[in-house]
Amino acid sequence: MSQKILLDKINIPGIKTYEVYRANGGYASVEKALKTLTPDEVVEEVKTSGLRGRGGAGFPAGMKWSFIDKKSGKPRHLVCNADESEPGTFKDRYLMEFIPHLLIEGMITSSYALGANRSYIYIRGEYMWVFKILERAIAEAKAAGWLGKNILGSGFDLELYVHCGAGAYICGEETALIESLEGKRGNPRIKPPFPAVSGLWANPTVVNNVETIAAVPWIVNNSGADYAKIGIGRSTGTKLISASGHIKNPGVYEIELGLSVYEFMNSDEYLGGMSSDRPLKAFVPGGSSVPVLPAHLIYKTAAGEDRLMTYESLSDGGFATGSMLGSGGFIVYNDTSCIVRNTWNFSRFYHHESCGQCTPCREGTGWMEKVLHRIENGHGREEDIELLLSIQSKIEGNTICPLGDAAAWPVAAAIRHFRDEFEYHIRFPEKIKNRDHFVAEPFEKVKHLVAKQEV
Amino acid sequence: MKVTIDGQEIEVEAGTTILQAARMIGGDVVPPAMCYYSKLKGSGGKCRCCLVDVTKGSDADPRPMPKLMASCVTGCQDGMEIASKASPRVQEARKSVTEFLLINHPLDCPICDQAGECDLQNLSFEHGKSASRFIEEKRTFEPEDIGPNIQLHMNRCILCQRCVQVADQLTDNRVHGVLDRGDHANISTCISKAIDNEFSGNMIDVCPVGALTDKTFRFKSRVWFNKPFNAHRDCDKCCGKTTVWMFGNEIQRVTGRKDEFHEVEEFICNTCRFDKKEVSDWVIEGPREFEKDSVINQNNYTRPIEKVEIDTEKNILFGRDQDRKKISMASIPLDTNNQKS
Repeated sequence: MSQKILLDKINIPGIKTYEVYRANGGYASVEKALKTLTPDEVVEEVKTSGLRGRGGAGFPAGMKWSFIDKKSGKPRHLVCNADESEPGTFKDRYLMEFIPHLLIEGMITSSYALGANRSYIYIRGEYMWVFKILERAIAEAKAAGWLGKNILGSGFDLELYVHCGAGAYICGEETALIESLEGKRGNPRIKPPFPAVSGLWANPTVVNNVETIAAVPWIVNNSGADYAKIGIGRSTGTKLISASGHIKNPGVYEIELGLSVYEFMNSDEYLGGMSSDRPLKAFVPGGSSVPVLPAHLIYKTAAGEDRLMTYESLSDGGFATGSMLGSGGFIVYNDTSCIVRNTWNFSRFYHHESCGQCTPCREGTGWMEKVLHRIENGHGREEDIELLLSIQSKIEGNTICPLGDAAAWPVAAAIRHFRDEFEYHIRFPEKIKNRDHFVAEPFEKVKHLVAKQEV
Repeated sequence: MKVTIDGQEIEVEAGTTILQAARMIGGDVVPPAMCYYSKLKGSGGKCRCCLVDVTKGSDADPRPMPKLMASCVTGCQDGMEIASKASPRVQEARKSVTEFLLINHPLDCPICDQAGECDLQNLSFEHGKSASRFIEEKRTFEPEDIGPNIQLHMNRCILCQRCVQVADQLTDNRVHGVLDRGDHANISTCISKAIDNEFSGNMIDVCPVGALTDKTFRFKSRVWFNKPFNAHRDCDKCCGKTTVWMFGNEIQRVTGRKDEFHEVEEFICNTCRFDKKEVSDWVIEGPREFEKDSVINQNNYTRPIEKVEIDTEKNILFGRDQDRKKISMASIPLDTNNQKS
């Protein structure tokens, strides 16, 4: 059974309220940090913990904090990225909705470490009810003296604000988030300069995911070294996984990194295996932007080792045989799922959400979506598969922000691992007219048709 | 600091971007740029036309950069080595961007007022293909009237956002910007406003394609049938230095003076651009020169006229002399001095 760090108190009745949270050891990290540690010591603890950014990129949080420009003399900011919009990812919502004070506590401790006197939680516009929960929690914390001037008599001041975005996926990209927070159109900035040097209002800024910040109180309370003992290798600590799809127990799970994918998938403690006892076809381990993996690469890596829920193991072999842990949006497909339809659906999302600032993303995502739409609706051409690969390769790596990559990778992976399914769609358009064409006749049953055609 | 672009070394000051360094060298190494405009702050980085391959980061950190970099927003480092035209990867990327820009761009050059001075046309000439792989329906927008002076043709827009920066940086108040997202993003005014700021006409000059054109010039003439002259007038709003485009003695259009990278040297006001169309309004300085391969140069009259001597008689007679030699009898030698022609 995995150790719980973030969700250990989640089942305590009334934990959403300040009184109950405080009575159960809440805000202890703030007390400890402000009374016994210097800001640099807090940063060191986070560095020692090996905590990696939980938003998707997995960059070491302590290192990111150490980049912040402390010599400029400008005000510094901590911004919490709660703009959770990746399809398949819903873990931050769970954390903020059920234990909001954990995030507030993490924000205070982290702001102290960074010397930030004005911090922000930028929350996704669609999470309006969570926005209200956070506002209430902040008011409670302020009333209890955890926010405001001279907190605990330490001389540290902090004002914390929640800012509700207007609902654009791109605002989850840190520089676009900063632009949006400044009241501008949410377009990503060109880096450098990085936010640690010039971020919000050109001040040094750190942007961290909700889950990352929520892990800080435990690290401060228990030490970074203890956190580093959880997990495996460079994947330390625990990770929230939001699981959905054809599984028995969808939901949000906190797992120790290093858990095997097999156990996570099949153990009753976690996903409980496939729903309806249909065979597993594919899965996406880290939200819609990461490459899909076929059944034979789910439990074992290409080298034949057990696939683990870690940054390294899930990406083992690069994109040819691996994927990414990403944001932990774990989506499982059974054999009735149509990969082409699913890829089109993801592509449609990225087309819709591209900010339109740079050419390859603006034009390429739309083009890919249109081609995939044709294929899925029985109007595909033989050359469309190569065309899709060509378009995605032209987007990948050539855009201002990673949204272009996020749009390109799923398409490339789907074709790489499920090319015969694309060919089936193109060669047998009459068979895919039904919207749920693989429900009655899963692809495995009709796969031979593609092979015959080739002969 | 020293940087090398396609094998050519140049010394530049700190803060110089790769594109600026390439422009100092000039010639083939200069990457194309659709959104960068040196006179506009914060421009660049969007169109991705100017991607280059940084094969050596600097003397201090010689590692190559893994991704292609937008040269217009990437600063030079001492010892940096860059492959521009020399890199097949860069050439491929530029072809890709050209293809992306053209998939939704109407190919209406025959009726577009920007034809002949369109940066996308030039980019396509260098990096485009003759056939398109895009078979889907092109994205289109409803026409929008944005005021008395400027015609917006949104279907042609490539979202370079230069016009927005002009409005931000030159005019009193910006009434237009980018609306919507992705390939549906469009330049528009906020609830049908008219763009009539005094310097708004510069949006036409900075537009690299035919999305924003001059209503006073539309459909009057192809640009290469006009003769451009540098002209000036006393203006209390701007520098008054312009290029006037004449057809005979008629001034059909007035624009800012553009340099070899198609960027205006100084921005001009709307009065000079739209209202002063009489020859008497201007002091004509003289004809304006253009780069050698410009379409406008088809109507070139600035080239020095060389005196060509056509030695017609000698050439004609040369053939006849040869014939005579062939038909002359050996006993009667051909005496050219005494022959009657």
